[in-house]
Amino acid sequence: MMKTGAEIFVECLKKEKVEVIFGIPGGSVIPIFDQIYLSKLKVILTRHEQGAAHMADGYARASGKVGVCIATSGPGATNLTTGLATAYMDSVPLVAFTGQVATNLIGNDAFQEADTTGITRPITKHNFLVKDVRELATIIRQAFYIAASGRPGPVLVDIPVDVQRASAEFIWPEKIDIRSYHPNYKGHLMQIKKAAEAINNSQHPVIYAGGGVIWSGASRELVELSRIADIPTTVTLMAIGAYPPDSPRYLGMLGMHGTYWANMAMQNADVIVAVGARFDDRCTGKLTAFAPQAHTIIHIDIDPTSISKNVSADIPVVGDARQVLGELLKLVKKNQHTDWLKMIDGWRKKNPLVYKDDEKLRPQYVVEKISELTGGEAIVTTEVGQNQMWAAQFYRARYPRHFLSSGGLGTMGYGFPAAIGAKFANPDKLVIDIAGDGSIQMNIQELATAVLNNVEVKIIILNNSYLGMVRQWQEMFYNRHYSAVCLHKGADCPPDCNRPGQKNCPGYVPDFVKLAQAYGASGYRVNKKKDVVPVLKEVLNNKKLTIVEFVVEPEENVLPMVPAGKALDEVITSLA
Amino acid sequence: MEQQHVISVLVENKFGVLARIATLFAARGFNIDSLAVGETENKDISRMTIVVRGDEKILEQVEKQLNKLIDVIKVIDFSDLAVVERDLALIRVNCDRNSRSDILEIVEIFRANIVDVAANSLVVEVTGDEEKIMAILNLLRPYGIKEMARTGRIALARGEK
Repeated sequence: MMKTGAEIFVECLKKEKVEVIFGIPGGSVIPIFDQIYLSKLKVILTRHEQGAAHMADGYARASGKVGVCIATSGPGATNLTTGLATAYMDSVPLVAFTGQVATNLIGNDAFQEADTTGITRPITKHNFLVKDVRELATIIRQAFYIAASGRPGPVLVDIPVDVQRASAEFIWPEKIDIRSYHPNYKGHLMQIKKAAEAINNSQHPVIYAGGGVIWSGASRELVELSRIADIPTTVTLMAIGAYPPDSPRYLGMLGMHGTYWANMAMQNADVIVAVGARFDDRCTGKLTAFAPQAHTIIHIDIDPTSISKNVSADIPVVGDARQVLGELLKLVKKNQHTDWLKMIDGWRKKNPLVYKDDEKLRPQYVVEKISELTGGEAIVTTEVGQNQMWAAQFYRARYPRHFLSSGGLGTMGYGFPAAIGAKFANPDKLVIDIAGDGSIQMNIQELATAVLNNVEVKIIILNNSYLGMVRQWQEMFYNRHYSAVCLHKGADCPPDCNRPGQKNCPGYVPDFVKLAQAYGASGYRVNKKKDVVPVLKEVLNNKKLTIVEFVVEPEENVLPMVPAGKALDEVITSLA
Repeated sequence: MEQQHVISVLVENKFGVLARIATLFAARGFNIDSLAVGETENKDISRMTIVVRGDEKILEQVEKQLNKLIDVIKVIDFSDLAVVERDLALIRVNCDRNSRSDILEIVEIFRANIVDVAANSLVVEVTGDEEKIMAILNLLRPYGIKEMARTGRIALARGEK
């Protein structure tokens, strides 16, 4: 049957069982929005395209399905880019559709024209410019397949407006075969055998699990391996939730703000089993001093480029984490590493994750209480910076896909739209964005999207009046030159004042409580530690989109900290 | 150890593929010494011959990253294979009555061709491997090279004997 490009678009999305599309229309996608209007496809109008991309991302991370967003040409497309780069760094399956100027205008600097495929080439897994309506169905099919298979990632499909209007026979390709793309899921059995031997003969093994474990659904296998072979397990920011936090073998997060004992375990391990992790610099610290005792590094990853990129692997296994761990479990012997676990426990006792438990309202306390009150069963998203690290340290997510954070790109403004996306994926779950007062303002406009669509997420703002993580670095490494981090600073402030709360200090802008009210959401402000639990109890059960601003200690630091470029054991555990 | 490697990349013959490869090399900081692209016996497939410089580790990443691109069908490293390599250069060299016969002699020895003759210059076309082209360039340089264009290296594996 003959259909227009826009009709084909709608048919394809139905075939792909797309539940929700996040986006904003514009001149060169009106034909598609016209068909969306006529179809039953659910489209959520966001207030900024970056928000749309992060919502699709949050939806994908929380559900494991492909997230979908749509924008117009030019500025619509460029606004998507931060979201695409975020998804690309964290291997999130998205399909982004963009309108493009008509094919005869491409390259002519037409109104709202941008070279979208050119701009997004380095930040997508793949992208397409559809020049012929007859190719549209196949391209959309391939886009979803590429996004979700292998190491997942965002794929962009750029559709010129005349292609949306042109007609072609609609043929849905049932089978898909891309001759140049065949991800390898099954690990090489000889390699797996070698890995099992190394694990069986190890004295001080550590499992280092990354986001790949979540994407392949390998949590159960991961926990089994750790239990049977008695291997302590540390996770990256991307893998929080992949391992039950109350297990004695759980070491928490490693790396720059990881636990002392996880980092010490890495530095003293003889065999490291990396699963779906990429040895990112925030995890390894100084590469030349990384894991000096490890004679064998086993690296299981579906992406060959991740293997031996930063740390050279002794036993590389290219394959899907779940399948490879499944094979590995057949070969791994039951073992006990009592002394090793005891040694790690010693490090745990020496430098536990603590904060000053005084009468002051400290951000860690807020996160800890959220963790306790929800039992780690809520989906938590984070913004980026101190709030993110405190969330990672003190929110004990119990399940995979319950901790969503922009890890690789470190995108401020990610958490709130991601929370909205996660709520669409899990309408019955409690979804909480742990935010800083800086980051939350980067996509605050999506309050309108959330209010109008009855998306009741909770926004917890840890307001320290600073761009806190930068301030922390300035305090620790730049002689306390608090350059451009005080969020009170205005034109009338004395030039050398960079601390909030001094005499004549302008008040905080905006008033988050009033802001929430202006959008029709609920707003709370908490200044005292004793009010934290009662307010949280109320808010977590109020069934309303709510902002709670916790006015916390401004100069609280995230500790422990392995400074950039230092080895994992050169850790700062407290500041004088 | 830093070395030159010749990599042959079979790619889908679609627009934008060259840009993808170029973007990859730029983004990852890999150095390209030369790059030649053309159709293969199959018009849907192009062959890119890329000469890249780097140590083993870099080469491994280059190959893996190329393979990761969706439009790349196959990557072959020619470093350890018996290959035929060719590069073609067009060299415009200064020439007057006195030097003409000397230059012609050099051209003869290298089995190169003269493809353009003007009052004060000649264009020499020479085909060969890197060494041969460097050798003729060294001999022609004293006469004054006015311009040069090179195709970049192309290569194929030798057939089984």
